[in-house]
Amino acid sequence: MELYALSATELSRMLREKECSAVELARSVLGRIDRVEDKVRAYLTRNDEGMLAAAARVDEKRAAGETLSPLAGIPIGIKDNICTKGMRTTCASKMLYNFAPPYQAAVVERLLAENAVLTGKLNMDEFAMGSSCENSYFQKTANPHNLGRAPGGSSGGSAAALAAGEAVLTLGSDTGGSIRQPAAYCGVVGLKPTYGAVSRYGLVAFASSLDQIGPMARSVEDAALLFEAIRGADRRDATSVQRENAPLELRAEVRGMRIGVPEEYYGEGVEEAVKAAVRSQLDKLAAAGAEILPIRLPSTPYALSAYYIISSAEASSNLARYDGVRYGFRSEQAGNLEDVYLNTRTEGFGDECKRRIMLGTFVLSSGHYDAYYTRAKLLQQRIAAEFAEAFERCDAIVTPTAPDTAFPLGAHSSDPLKMYASDICTVTVNIAGLPAVSIPCGKDGEGMPIGMQIIGDKFQEGKILSLAKACEEMAGGFNRLPDIE
Amino acid sequence: MEFEPVIGLEVHAQLNTETKLYCGCKNEFGGEVNSHCCEICTGMPGTLPTLNQKAVDYAIMMGHALHCTINNVCKQDRKNYFYPDLPKAYQISQADIPLCAHGYLDVVLDESCNVKRIGVTRIHIEEDAGKLLHDDSFQGTLVDFNRCGVPLIEIVSEPDMRSSSEAKAYLEAIKGILGYLDISDCKMQEGSIRCDVNVSLRPKGSETFGNRCEMKNVNSFSGAQRAIDYEIARQTEILENGGFILQETRRWDDAKGRTFPMRSKENADDYRYFPEPDLGTIVAPPEHVEELRALIPELPGEKLLRYVKKCGLTYLDANLLCENAEKYRFFEQVIELGGCSLQAAANWLNGDIARLLGERLTTLGATKLTPEKLVGMIRLIEEGKISNTAGKTVIEEIMFTQKTAGEAVEEKGLLQINDTAALEETARAVLEKNEKAVTDYRGGKANALDFLVGQCMRASGGKANPPALREILLKQLG
Repeated sequence: MELYALSATELSRMLREKECSAVELARSVLGRIDRVEDKVRAYLTRNDEGMLAAAARVDEKRAAGETLSPLAGIPIGIKDNICTKGMRTTCASKMLYNFAPPYQAAVVERLLAENAVLTGKLNMDEFAMGSSCENSYFQKTANPHNLGRAPGGSSGGSAAALAAGEAVLTLGSDTGGSIRQPAAYCGVVGLKPTYGAVSRYGLVAFASSLDQIGPMARSVEDAALLFEAIRGADRRDATSVQRENAPLELRAEVRGMRIGVPEEYYGEGVEEAVKAAVRSQLDKLAAAGAEILPIRLPSTPYALSAYYIISSAEASSNLARYDGVRYGFRSEQAGNLEDVYLNTRTEGFGDECKRRIMLGTFVLSSGHYDAYYTRAKLLQQRIAAEFAEAFERCDAIVTPTAPDTAFPLGAHSSDPLKMYASDICTVTVNIAGLPAVSIPCGKDGEGMPIGMQIIGDKFQEGKILSLAKACEEMAGGFNRLPDIE
Repeated sequence: MEFEPVIGLEVHAQLNTETKLYCGCKNEFGGEVNSHCCEICTGMPGTLPTLNQKAVDYAIMMGHALHCTINNVCKQDRKNYFYPDLPKAYQISQADIPLCAHGYLDVVLDESCNVKRIGVTRIHIEEDAGKLLHDDSFQGTLVDFNRCGVPLIEIVSEPDMRSSSEAKAYLEAIKGILGYLDISDCKMQEGSIRCDVNVSLRPKGSETFGNRCEMKNVNSFSGAQRAIDYEIARQTEILENGGFILQETRRWDDAKGRTFPMRSKENADDYRYFPEPDLGTIVAPPEHVEELRALIPELPGEKLLRYVKKCGLTYLDANLLCENAEKYRFFEQVIELGGCSLQAAANWLNGDIARLLGERLTTLGATKLTPEKLVGMIRLIEEGKISNTAGKTVIEEIMFTQKTAGEAVEEKGLLQINDTAALEETARAVLEKNEKAVTDYRGGKANALDFLVGQCMRASGGKANPPALREILLKQLG
């Protein structure tokens, strides 16, 4: 097998045992990018030279006898809403088309400290708002499993790059499903960590109380490896949680594990093929000794409304800073201050951002605040309480990741509500601040990957990744690339 | 109809913490444009605020000083509005749950020490904005973010003041407390204290409030006083002519001495406050709140009243002492030592000592004056050993040399002359030389006597005992 197609865990072993060099690996990934990128269009910014230079440094260090971390020399792609010092960070928006931050995101700092090699910046829905990656100002990314389909979103570039072998690991961000849904659509693994597990410093905010950076990979072990590297408290992020993190030890043993199955996630909006695939996986888990418990999460139907109110409210405030005064795009039609604001924002933001800014501004307005924002926050508490109660009886909760599989590019772009509905299975997790992982779970009749979501209690990433690994072993491994060359 | 003004004040005071409220930038006035700012205080994408705990402590201290309830758990909120000096397009402030609430301040209103209690609605913490720069040397407007993120406390009073002079007294009292707590630089000219003024009128005796106008951009206490007086006059005229007051925000133009409409209530900004999701709740544990309470010294109002009522000082002298930490600390030691008139000590501190310090551009601490030396000198005067005039020489000696008052008196030969024969001799000589004054006195000009006493003091080198001298002169003038 080519180096680019291997897992990070395997490559890490090969690098350590000098079966390959970091430069060879970088060249392999670069070669793959060169061959498939015009079809996949996952990258907004490539880092070819930086990649080779970083890989060469890793080889030098290893030659000098340094003991390096497992991520040393591993090519990792970064979602374009995570700040990379000196490297363009656009959030796939015209507003930041030329923005190169003079500072590094905390997660990128950690990866570089471990001598990881950055492949470049990955496409996404503008400011992480969307479920198809089609809201990018720059380009539409294709799903490697079917180039006419969407990769999902908003971390569509991160998922597609993995599925296409254009990166060994990637970072995504997840506000309402933005890691898990594209992971499901592209047949890869995506972990949305517990809120506060990973520093948000340097993640360009969409909805601050829901956003979380997470790892995406082609195997469960790889996702765990990347998660261990980026998790942990950061004094620059007041919402990151200070706690002792025991090393993640994935035990693919499901005997005695209590798995909750909430009926609300298997309703009529969910495609039959998706339901069947997840139920079949649950049967296998039951056969392996897991206890399957039907549970109720009755507030689930209200979650989508609560999510769109809270996330849009915060977004309307977070995106207000893009005014053309200090950085990024400024309208040419800017004679006076009001014109600078009005024209810059009119021309700089895409439709979806404008929709959410207007929605968020409305729900926070005096006279509407209590009817929308206050009630959404109350619902948030209720949803979190229902999960907490469920986790008194279950070790994990299993649902479909998305109600469907990857849809054709352009299918939903004229219907925002249809697009919002694809978040139905994922938003509750963000609202409750829980960790959840999406893993591949078979394919539908058209050969498109199906995703299964495993939700855990706060900071129980180890537990849900263990269950994910058990499923991976039952499937004989997840790491298979579709043929696109 | 007679109208009564109702005045409420919102004071913004910058806290003098080392660093800004949400980042590690230096909190310092001045400096090259945009030299004290970073990606956090300029709100660059992806950056996050972290709270400076020191600012919370300072705000709690102010809460204690103003007898507030301290909320052990409170939150921060975003106040959303667009302006180029506000790089995040929101100010992190506190909306419904301030750090401190329900306090009061007893303000000394006048020289008779009449005190009025002004309610304090709340004190909350928030960040300052940057500054817009306009200059003839360039086109357009530039922004300086050095001030952006400087910690502020906003102190909101109840509408308890009834005149501009009450408002001024309240502002001075707030400033005095900030200085005593050493939590603000209190430099008006640098904008470290600013205020918004709310004024409404109501018929005298009425219990309900009239429509109020809020005046922004008031940058000095005298400005506040003038803005209030202007606004009272403006509103009175409208009401007397049968008009009504529009609830609105007005801008005070200090140079023109007028207020101008900014926006009416209907067009008021909707700040869309909501809880700041990037910061956790502020937790101030009760033990810590009590620790901070222990740091609160006697405050200027209390000190002033004690000096007047217990020490017998004039209001003026008490006030002068209270305004200057070096002076009142020195004075406290004099009180402790005792043994001389405290008013005399205050006179010296506010008079000759202050004058000499001013002349030599120095501070009390840099001189060799000790409370013991000052008390020693005053006692020499009180015991009639030296004259007050001689004291003026002695004070300089004991301030700027190691000598005690006694040593200075001896060295300079300043012991007061009480010997009647010697005084009679001096008086005779002076009267001989000043025939015109003698004639004037006898012609009925009483103040000619003062002139003659002065001449005698001069002739004696300041050593003559003035009352004794006066008696002898009167006798000789017949």
